[in-house]
Amino acid sequence: MAGAMPLLSITTFTPLVGVLAILLFARGTPEEVARNSRWGALWTSIFTFAISILIWANFDTKTAEFQFTEKVDWIPAFKISYHMGVDGISMFFVLLTTLLTPVCVLASWRAIEGRVKEYMISFLVLETMLVGMFCALDLITFYIFFEGVLIPMFLIIGVWGGPRKVYAAFKFFLFTLLGSVLMLLAILTMYFQVGTTDIPTLMEANFPRGLQIWMWLAFFASFAVKVPMWPVHTWLPDAHVEAPTAGSVMLAGVLLKMGGYGFLRFSLPMMPLASEFFTPFVFALSIVAVIYTSLVALAQTDMKKLIAYSSVAHMGFVTCGIFVANQEAVAGAIIQMLSHGVVSAALFLIVGVVYDRIHSRDIATYGGLVHRMPVYATVFMLFMLASVGLPGTSGFVGEILVLVGTFKISTWVAALMATGMILGAAYMLYLYRRVIFGELTKEELKEILDLSPREIAVFAPLIVVVLWMGIYPMPFLDAIEVSVANLVGEYSTALAAADGAHFTLAGQR
Amino acid sequence: MEVATVFLPLLGAIIAGLFGRFVGDRGASIVTCVLLTVSGAISWFLLFDITVGGNPRTIELFTWIDVDAFEFSWALKMDQLTAVMLVVVTTISAVVHWYSIGYMHGDPGIPRFFAYLSLFTFFMLMLVSADNLVQLFFGWEGVGLCSYFLIGFWYDRPSANAAAIKAFLVNRIGDFGFALGIFAVFVLFGTVSLDTIFDAAEAKAQAQLVFLGVEFHAITIICLLLFMGAMGKSAQLGLHTWLPDAMEGPTPVSALIHAATMVTAGVFMVCRLSPLFEQSEVALAVVTVVGALTAFVTATIGLTQNDIKRVIAYSTCSQLGYMFFAAGVSAYSAAMFHLFTHGFFKALLFLGSGCVIHAMSDEQDMRKMGGIWKMVPITYALMWIGSLSLAGIGIPGVAGFAGFYSKDVILESAWAANTGVGGFAFWLGILAALMTAFYSWRLLFMTFHGETRADEKTFAHVHEAPKIMWVPLLVLAAGAVVAGALGYNAFVGEGLDAFWGESIFVAKGHTALADAHSAPYWVKALPMVMGVGGIGLAYWMYMARPDVPALWAERLRPLYLLSYNKWWFDELYERMFVRPAFYLGYGFWVSGDGALIDGIGPDGIAAVTRRIANRASWLQSGYLYHYAFAMLIGVVVLVTWYMATGSGG
Repeated sequence: MAGAMPLLSITTFTPLVGVLAILLFARGTPEEVARNSRWGALWTSIFTFAISILIWANFDTKTAEFQFTEKVDWIPAFKISYHMGVDGISMFFVLLTTLLTPVCVLASWRAIEGRVKEYMISFLVLETMLVGMFCALDLITFYIFFEGVLIPMFLIIGVWGGPRKVYAAFKFFLFTLLGSVLMLLAILTMYFQVGTTDIPTLMEANFPRGLQIWMWLAFFASFAVKVPMWPVHTWLPDAHVEAPTAGSVMLAGVLLKMGGYGFLRFSLPMMPLASEFFTPFVFALSIVAVIYTSLVALAQTDMKKLIAYSSVAHMGFVTCGIFVANQEAVAGAIIQMLSHGVVSAALFLIVGVVYDRIHSRDIATYGGLVHRMPVYATVFMLFMLASVGLPGTSGFVGEILVLVGTFKISTWVAALMATGMILGAAYMLYLYRRVIFGELTKEELKEILDLSPREIAVFAPLIVVVLWMGIYPMPFLDAIEVSVANLVGEYSTALAAADGAHFTLAGQR
Repeated sequence: MEVATVFLPLLGAIIAGLFGRFVGDRGASIVTCVLLTVSGAISWFLLFDITVGGNPRTIELFTWIDVDAFEFSWALKMDQLTAVMLVVVTTISAVVHWYSIGYMHGDPGIPRFFAYLSLFTFFMLMLVSADNLVQLFFGWEGVGLCSYFLIGFWYDRPSANAAAIKAFLVNRIGDFGFALGIFAVFVLFGTVSLDTIFDAAEAKAQAQLVFLGVEFHAITIICLLLFMGAMGKSAQLGLHTWLPDAMEGPTPVSALIHAATMVTAGVFMVCRLSPLFEQSEVALAVVTVVGALTAFVTATIGLTQNDIKRVIAYSTCSQLGYMFFAAGVSAYSAAMFHLFTHGFFKALLFLGSGCVIHAMSDEQDMRKMGGIWKMVPITYALMWIGSLSLAGIGIPGVAGFAGFYSKDVILESAWAANTGVGGFAFWLGILAALMTAFYSWRLLFMTFHGETRADEKTFAHVHEAPKIMWVPLLVLAAGAVVAGALGYNAFVGEGLDAFWGESIFVAKGHTALADAHSAPYWVKALPMVMGVGGIGLAYWMYMARPDVPALWAERLRPLYLLSYNKWWFDELYERMFVRPAFYLGYGFWVSGDGALIDGIGPDGIAAVTRRIANRASWLQSGYLYHYAFAMLIGVVVLVTWYMATGSGG
């Protein structure tokens, strides 16, 4: 039954229906509008999440084919179609989005007082764009969603952001613009070469090696900014610092995954030869990301900046794992992305909790919170440990899979990446100690309240996911495995074929 | 039943930790104590079932990770080695739990404390019952985490927080090696499951592995990487600096985690992986040398420390060194034997010192103690028993305290190994034995004898510990007296093969332990002579001629400073690693991100564009305008191309 329904389109566009409902029904006094918008957004996003669960429930873990596919001709003259589908690689990103959206709505319940209606609408539009982006199987559809994500995100930072929001958005814009334009060029090139924008068809296309190199670089420009990879990461700390809490949650939780997803969906399958060519380059950037940004995180005095830098370091594991391109590492990279999606989202929410109360992100403002907020301290501890990659949490599963896969092909890279284990622990423990432990001496903290039931409800689902993925990750790995095996298999076949071609050429001479 | 042993402590931790508010202080402590006692009772049953009954087994719970060949489950491997560890861990943990009811009385964080203790026990049991390297790593990191929690238990103290972070990070450095070792095992053997690795170890004995661009003997590099983890956890020289600082934690924690169980995990790991270590002479030699150096160096530091717990902590480092060099000469069962007896007498010493600290109103500095032995007779007697056992007092061939049996067999094995490193370990071990006896009696004399140096108020307050504290200690005292005599035959004597079964593997040519029994009499007697000599020296210096220590400290000033300042390891590391890390981080942030990337990148471009465009309108029109502009370009390109193809077709 569920299989026959266009589940992906329903998941994608339900938030827009919610937007419509809010526009139509959220009327009356400002308080009523705000209240109705909040509840409207909450129910819409919960409903969307419930639908997306159906995708997982009906997901066939035995095939690497795209599932729940929908294909409608859109602009037949250009052979552009509205084509949706998910496989083991993209499916969990859809769920990550639909999980985090209600969390964001709930987390913004009290924090956002002005323009609540527009704020909630932005989040629902963002959800549509993100889900659509992960489901799109047509380049043009993908591109529209991919770029469309930025509009609500810009608004969220720009309207509800902090004092330096213009600078942050401007910086984000400069970095992104460059990538986007280049990616569009690469997309057009693909179309000229193959005559279609259908992603599964393009995956079968064998582009010449020289062209692959150029296209790879064009895509890389866009994805590397999104990840973000060193050295194009400097927009991230600023964007996070200025964004409202929920904005940071979506930014770190899902938007950063667009880059990793892009590498998996485009770079590896469509440009295998170029991917192989650039692998050492990606490794180098990943290693720098891990060591450099971990050290920078150690020196931070702003909580959000610290976590933003830790994101760059964690995403370094992801880019490394993807380009290692064996089963362990790629599966690890996906798990690491999901884990980071939940953990960094939770860490930003954790900062948000005290920011809502004290209105400061400065670490020095805090200290000794455990005396007044034991539940908060416990929740923070759990996510800190997940961030550090302690076994039994989701962070460990991702990290160890990436590292074991990496070790297989390069011990140097694995050893340097593994220093992240030590440095990551250093900056997180140092942060935790400064915020939570010590005597509570500061006057303004003496009346601070522990987590409210609403805030506990925000964290509860994230805690469940982190422990579940850490202790029994098999449901996730099972769904991921076949698609990853297929991706890795195709990738190595393509490389072997290219090698074989060289070989026969040589033989003929 | 096996599941119950391991998971009852977890249950206790959950009840005390999450529902501490509802069950209250008393409820939390009673629940965890009872569950731990049950778990301990089952462990003893399992010990007899598995060793005497010869019934090792593995209970698989469920798959943890399965990606391609990287596949392993949560499982409980119950063999002889595990059974011994189960007994040590649960017994001492149960004693420490009960003791803590008295020791922690009146502390505001009682449910939290018991939750941590039980959680620690759970992780430790997962560690010892792992049937694959990754679960071992899970327990390994888990005990490290609980150690971090418990060292920093009194989180108001900056020193406790610093010590907790230090412990976690130093352990992580070791774990970095451990993790790489696991990966190397996986690359070489294609699995992380212990049994499969052990079966294939001999076949892979000649394999080579390229690590960091250098081709190594595969098993050697694997063992060395894994041993790095062991060095961190077991506080071996180089990575030992966290253990003395860990004494910031409550004393029961020091007894359980930093003496009897967690710090012995490294020794356990080497013994567990004996089939691997046996394939590499180099790795064994490294283990021996590191162990011997640790035994010696940390003993020298112990000579001059004034904090009662720090003396015992350095003694722990030193005793762990003994265990390692025993393993290094292939006398794994001797290492396990010492681990077993050490668990009892060292926990006894720590908990005894806890009674002293309790009596002295939380004073830990021995310079402010003295003259209290008549007021705390039970504590005094227990500390004597612990020290006699630690110093290895006994008459060869007749009888002795527990430590006498296990330490002697280690030294004899080192001698009987008949190798260069074995001899090196033997002589350093002998010297360490002298120092062990010396600092133990220095501790006893300074703490209990002479004129008191405590202030009047404290001295008037001195009182014997309550029953709930010293009664559990009787269990440990009994162990410290008889565990050696009772266990000797099974652990290292005639019954050794039957007792250990296949859980410990020793290669054919490695006969140190077997030859140890036929060591000449002087080898057997020398540790004893050293022990008595050390006691005599301590008596002379601290009882007969109390002016001597200060005099010697003056005359041997460089040596004294070396010892008193702990060989300057902390200062060295602070300069080499800690400060540069912060310095680099700050530098990268300001110069790298700020000046270089942003300066050339966005800010630079922004500055240039500002010069070109009208500055005000450019910024005010905002990013949406730019964005729309980008979209527009896209549309223009699309339309152009549409027209081009349209006219073409």
